[in-house]
Amino acid sequence: MVKRNLRSDVPMVFTMNRRQFLVQAVPVAAGALILAACSPGTQTDAPTRASAPALPNANASGAAAANSGANAGTSGASVGGLPAALAHAQPYSSVTTDELGDPLNTFDQITHYNNYYEFSTDKEGPAQLAKNFTTRPWGVQVTGMVNKPRTFSIDELYTLFKQEEYVYRLRCVEAWSMAIPWVGFHLGDLLKMVEPKPEAKYVKFISVLRKDQMPNQNFPILSWPYVEGLRVDEAMNNLTILATGMYGEPLTNQQGAPIRLVVPWKYGFKSIKAIVQIELTDQMPTSAWMDAAPNEYGFYANVNPKVDHPRWSQATERRIGQLGRRPTLMFNGYEQQVASLYEGLDLRANF
Amino acid sequence: MSGTPNQAKPISQKNWLQENWLRVVAHLGVWGPLVWLAWHAWTNDLGVDPVVTLYNVLGRTALILLLLCLSATPLYILFGFRAGLTVRRALGLYAFMYAALHFTNFVALDYMFDLQYILADGIQTKPYILVGLGALLILVALAITSTKGWMKRLKRNWTRLHWLIYPTAMLVVLHFYWSAKAAAKWEPLLYAVVLAAILLVRVPPIRKAIVNFRQRRKRVVPKRAAVSAAERAAFITPTQPGE
Repeated sequence: MVKRNLRSDVPMVFTMNRRQFLVQAVPVAAGALILAACSPGTQTDAPTRASAPALPNANASGAAAANSGANAGTSGASVGGLPAALAHAQPYSSVTTDELGDPLNTFDQITHYNNYYEFSTDKEGPAQLAKNFTTRPWGVQVTGMVNKPRTFSIDELYTLFKQEEYVYRLRCVEAWSMAIPWVGFHLGDLLKMVEPKPEAKYVKFISVLRKDQMPNQNFPILSWPYVEGLRVDEAMNNLTILATGMYGEPLTNQQGAPIRLVVPWKYGFKSIKAIVQIELTDQMPTSAWMDAAPNEYGFYANVNPKVDHPRWSQATERRIGQLGRRPTLMFNGYEQQVASLYEGLDLRANF
Repeated sequence: MSGTPNQAKPISQKNWLQENWLRVVAHLGVWGPLVWLAWHAWTNDLGVDPVVTLYNVLGRTALILLLLCLSATPLYILFGFRAGLTVRRALGLYAFMYAALHFTNFVALDYMFDLQYILADGIQTKPYILVGLGALLILVALAITSTKGWMKRLKRNWTRLHWLIYPTAMLVVLHFYWSAKAAAKWEPLLYAVVLAAILLVRVPPIRKAIVNFRQRRKRVVPKRAAVSAAERAAFITPTQPGE
C-alpha cells in the first residue's frame, strides 16, 4: 500500500475554503462581536470545488494505469493491484455534491475529524495516532450461520467485488454531519457469497483488537474489541456497503482502514471500522455503545429527528465546514430506500 | 505573618510591582486563551470544526476563571494569601466575558441566529443548554452589579445577590458534565472535585476550624523563627564557606 503525506497532497482547492471560513471566524475569536461578519448565507465550498481541475476517470483503464505510474513516480512504490476506483493519485470524486445538492466535505476534513476511540477520544487525534497502524496482511473472517464460511484477504475483497463510488451523508449521533464519497462494495454481495442460513437473523461485526497499535484499547473506555450489528435485511439493503476507500484512494488508517462498514441511514457509530470478523447469528448482537450506555444507544440507531438522545436533540445538525444548522432528515434522507425495513416497528422504543 | 515589628520595614520597601504582581499576572494572563484562539484562527488551525473548538476553549476558560475567582477566599483562609482577594472581582468579570463569548458562539456561529432552531432544538430538549443559560443569566446580573455604586445601593442585599456565584459555579460544572460524552466525563468531574474543595473551606464550622488551627500555629511561629534566627546568627561566623 502506498503511504503518502496526507496533508501535503491535498490540493489547495480542497483546503482553501476552510481557510476562507476561518478568516470569517477571526473577528469573533478576537472577541469583537462583529455579527455582520457572519453573513446569513452559509459558507460552502461549491464555488471553489467547481474550479477544481477535472481528474482522470477511474473507470477508464488507461487512466488507472496512468495513475499507477504517477503514484509510483512520486512515492517510489508500486500500486499495482489496486482496483481502478482506488488507484487515484489525487483525491478524486466523480461529483462535487451529494444527490441533495450539498457540497462534499473535503478530503482534509474527512480525514482529520474521526471518532475512532481505539486511538483517541479526540476527533483530531486518530490522524496522527493511527499513522503506524498496519493494514497488511489483513483478513476478514466470515463465520456463524453460513453455508460457506470463509476468510477473505483484503486483496481478495478488492478483486472479488466491484469497487465503486458511493456518495453518502454521514450523520454522527453528536449532531454533526458530512457528505463523503466512499469507495466500496455492497455488503449484500459478500453475504450472498457465503450463503447465510435461513435461521440467521443478525450480522455481527467485530473490529481488530491490537493493543500495541491502538493505545486506548489498553484502557476500559469501551469494551474492546468494538462490536456492531445489523439485522440481516438491513445488511442486505443496497445502501449498506463495506468501504475500502474514499475520494478514489484506499481508506486512511484513521478512517478505519483497510475495510469498514458504512450504513448511511444510521448514526455514524454503527459504521464499524477495521473489521476482522463478520458473524451471522440468530442473537441480536450487543454493540459496544449499547454495552457502554444502554439507555443512550440502542441497537437500531436509525437517524431520526423525532427521537432525541437522552441529553440532546437530534432535530438539527451542523454540516462540518458550514455555519448554522440544518434540519436532520428522517433516516438521514434515505427514507425512500429504507423506511420499508421498519414498517410496524416502534422507532421510539427501538431507538 | 503581619503585625510583627520586623516585617513593617520590608512592607514599606515594597515597590509597585511587588504589591501588584498578581494583578499584572491576572490581567495579562486572562487574555491568553483569546489570543490563542485569534492566532489559531489566523493561521487556519482552529481544527476541522472551529465552532467546537471555540465552544471548548471559551467554555473551559470561563469555568477555570470562575474557579480561580472562587478560590481567592479559600486561599486566604488556608494560607493567609491576601493578593488573591485583590483580583477576585476582575477574575469574576473575565469569567463572565468568556461565558458571554461562549454563548455568542452558540447563538451566532452554531445556530446563526435561527431562533426557531434555538428554541425548538437548543432550549427545549437539551437540559445542559438550559442549565448553561441559567448560569449565564445569573452572571449577567452579578456583572452589572459588580461596581462600587451598586454595592452601596444594594447594601446587605448585594452580599445576598452575589452569594449566587456559588450555585452558579455548580450549574456551570453540571452544564459541562451533561454536555460531555461518556468517555470525557472525567474532566467535568475533576472540576466538580475542585469546586467541592473550594466550597468546603467556606463552610462555617470548617472555616472556623482552619482559622483556629492557623492562629494556634501562628503563635508558635515567631518563637521558632526567633530561635532559628538566633542560632543562625550564632553559627554564621564559624561556618566554612562553601559548605
